Amino acid sequence: MIDRPVINCETALQQLADYLNRELEPAEHDAVEQHVRLCHACFSRAEFERLLKERLTDLGREEAPARVQARIRKILGDGRWSQS
Amino acid sequence: MSPRCDRARFEVEMVTILDRLYGAALRLAKNPADAEDLVAESVAKAWASLDSLEDPERFQGWIFRILTNTFIGECRKRGTVSLDKPAREEEDFSLFERLHQPMLLWWGNPEQEFLNKLLREDLRSALEGLPEVFRVVVVLSELEGFSYQEIADMLEIPIGTVRSRLARGRSLLQQAVWHHSEAGQVGAAKAGVGGDR
Repeated sequence: MIDRPVINCETALQQLADYLNRELEPAEHDAVEQHVRLCHACFSRAEFERLLKERLTDLGREEAPARVQARIRKILGDGRWSQS
Repeated sequence: MSPRCDRARFEVEMVTILDRLYGAALRLAKNPADAEDLVAESVAKAWASLDSLEDPERFQGWIFRILTNTFIGECRKRGTVSLDKPAREEEDFSLFERLHQPMLLWWGNPEQEFLNKLLREDLRSALEGLPEVFRVVVVLSELEGFSYQEIADMLEIPIGTVRSRLARGRSLLQQAVWHHSEAGQVGAAKAGVGGDR
């Protein structure tokens, strides 16, 4: 038996961002996942959005400079705080 | 009921979260000096109001809430909160739709090629160009991974507003990346997909 998507492309694309952010109800999530698995065009779109999202997430990865750590130690009032 | 957060726990939590906090502050404030001030001011506020954190398990949301509110407060003080939409905005802009060429299905993948050539600096510039009202939500969701509900609680806005600001922010960001590439600043990726459509 051929597996058919339970939702169409329009619905899948409308829900794609919430799907990637894991914000859909389980049944909705499964429906988008199934659609993306079976529809090549939507799979390509989902992969693109997922990779772009990963690149964006990477922008938050920074190392706090020693100056910030020193300022926080000062705020906390003594030298007990360390960055181990 | 969970025990309240004491000094030792506060320190442990801060050590764990400081890089993330600074990363978010840097994308919000857009320069290291202001980001350092933002983190220091937020930590000072958090430390002074430690008693308001009833459940230490919620430390992350609590400290990010203080950070974003401090940032928004600072923007208001400077009169720099921007709700304006960029002049060239298009509704529901999709980078993928601009790049995708179905006829190239078996010969190439221009959207993948575009992402490969997209520099971190290009993306950073696009993110930092977003009006604050959208940038805050994009940073909290896409960079920090908070749920829509957590963001709604932090910013005291309805969850539907989080969703719509995120969608608009994403659209504006993709549009900025596209216009940046039109100016020839995202490698030669676009040259391979036939220019604007």
